[in-house]
Amino acid sequence: MTLHARCRLARPGFVLDVDLELPARGVSAVFGPSGSGKTTLLRCIAGLESRVEGEIRLGDETWQGGPGSPVVPSHRRGVGYVFQEADLFEHLSVRGNLAYALRRARPGGIAEPDVIGWLGVEPLLDRRADALSGGERQRVSIARALMANPRVLLMDEPLSSLDDTSRREILPYLETLHDRLPVPIVYVSHSIQEIVRLADYVVWLDRGTVRGAGPLRDVLRDAGLAAWLGDEAGVVVDATVDAHDDAHHITRLAGPWGIVHARRHDAPPGSGVRLRILARDVSLSLDPEPRSSILNAFAMVVRRVVEEGPGQVLVELAGGEGTGQAFVDLAGGEGTGQAFVDPAGSEGASASAAPPALLARVTTLSRERLDLAPGRRVFARVKSVALTDD
Amino acid sequence: MPISDADWVAIALTLRLAAVTTVILLVAGTPVAWWLARTRSRWRGAAEAITTLPLVLPPTVLGFYLLVLLGPAGPIGRVWEGIGGDRLVFSFPGLVVGSALFSLPFTVQPLRNAFRAVGARPLEAAATLGARPLDRFFTVAVPLAWPGFLTAATLSFAHTVGEFGVVLMVGGNIPGRTEVVSVAIFNHVEALDYGAAHALSVGMIVFAFVVLWVVHSFDGGGSRPSMVRLP
Repeated sequence: MTLHARCRLARPGFVLDVDLELPARGVSAVFGPSGSGKTTLLRCIAGLESRVEGEIRLGDETWQGGPGSPVVPSHRRGVGYVFQEADLFEHLSVRGNLAYALRRARPGGIAEPDVIGWLGVEPLLDRRADALSGGERQRVSIARALMANPRVLLMDEPLSSLDDTSRREILPYLETLHDRLPVPIVYVSHSIQEIVRLADYVVWLDRGTVRGAGPLRDVLRDAGLAAWLGDEAGVVVDATVDAHDDAHHITRLAGPWGIVHARRHDAPPGSGVRLRILARDVSLSLDPEPRSSILNAFAMVVRRVVEEGPGQVLVELAGGEGTGQAFVDLAGGEGTGQAFVDPAGSEGASASAAPPALLARVTTLSRERLDLAPGRRVFARVKSVALTDD
Repeated sequence: MPISDADWVAIALTLRLAAVTTVILLVAGTPVAWWLARTRSRWRGAAEAITTLPLVLPPTVLGFYLLVLLGPAGPIGRVWEGIGGDRLVFSFPGLVVGSALFSLPFTVQPLRNAFRAVGARPLEAAATLGARPLDRFFTVAVPLAWPGFLTAATLSFAHTVGEFGVVLMVGGNIPGRTEVVSVAIFNHVEALDYGAAHALSVGMIVFAFVVLWVVHSFDGGGSRPSMVRLP
């Protein structure tokens, strides 16, 4: 049940103009700076904006077809919406809020005790809506949206109005939601950390238009987006836990280019983890074995070098040998406005090369000294690696 | 300072007038207030001005034009009598019409403010949960706006009780039919019966005080009154 959203909404000083297709399952994140139109896009999908043009379809149900066909109002779309400010009904208790949703829910769906259990709202049931902490309010808000048995769950920056403690409290619930819900989730955020932990698919929105869309790992490898992310630029790769070295408080992981050392992490050997490697933590060298405190070093090939700012460049690196997948760079060289083409459908790919695996940020001086150009073989040294369970 | 039988009749008439007017205003004023609170139409300003007019115009102006419109020769009066009604002017129904127009702002303004304070968000949330428009209105907007309803009802009631100019012009001064308390006091003073005037006036002051006290307990207090309805 893919979600098609072709929307155009014009406001004084801002135009939202997107054409998206979001996958039928998992978390699709809509990412971008404030004012990029993320919330507006979500509201258009939910039917809360009255002056949208275009076409919005969920699976085979058309909510807004081109000119001529009637627009389906919000209350008939079956969209679950979690607002940024957790808008619970103040005149009802928590139980009352949940009952409100249940009474109007579409048939079928997750059983009420299950929803209450997943989000841990049992102890809150008899409290008034305004007697809850920020984190509790958001959990109740999510539970309420789920009680209505939505066909798609829309979440508008649910964590951004919370303090750090509340945010850490809720993230695990959101991570499990992804596995437990059979419906697509659209998650709006301006925080790349949240997106890295939660998303499968990312849409990058800027000033009302889509700058890039694709699976999480692909979008993060885009040097154009990376330049914009600044300190947060970096890739996500998958690895498996190999063994723990308790004496040194280290975990060894089997990564795509070799063994990766990271700080001791509790996952058992054999389990899958997501590694996040920031571009600023990757340094490059021409020597294979300088004695260095950095434990992780991998042989790589430079794919592309992108100017990032005064005196800085981003280097896209691919691991060792090519694996036969084609990566087509449509815009060429500048790192803006790219789209990711499915390798199976690529046109005119010149050489079979693996998609870039790593991003490194270096100075232009270093670029000159090491003569970093596409094809150059280098050793990438990774200073630190962040782990999340997959 | 005894209160004569005639005065009791005036008091009963006043309370009846205020009650009927308040009910009519709540029923008719709620949709108007709702529209004013939520519309983005360019006619909103003009509509707001019209509903506020009775606050600003001298009651005699209102009373005069009502007399003209509701009289047997006037457009509304003719239609009314044409469909079999009794003369509107100098009658209780005429008073109700006059009072409703005169107290209109006291219903519409508090309600509009209360609806505006509810905001769009709870209603949007209700819509995403599957609530249809009327459902949203009654299960979310009304409960959240209830202090506004209370204020509107209390103020409209009190304001109607205190009418003088409009009532005098439209209703005449007919004991038992259109002689309300404010007019009765006027009559007593004209007749130099100060004792009776005092009796009624003190009663009015006490009544006004109680009403304002009730209103201020619920409105502008800062925090919502504690009211949890567990279904």
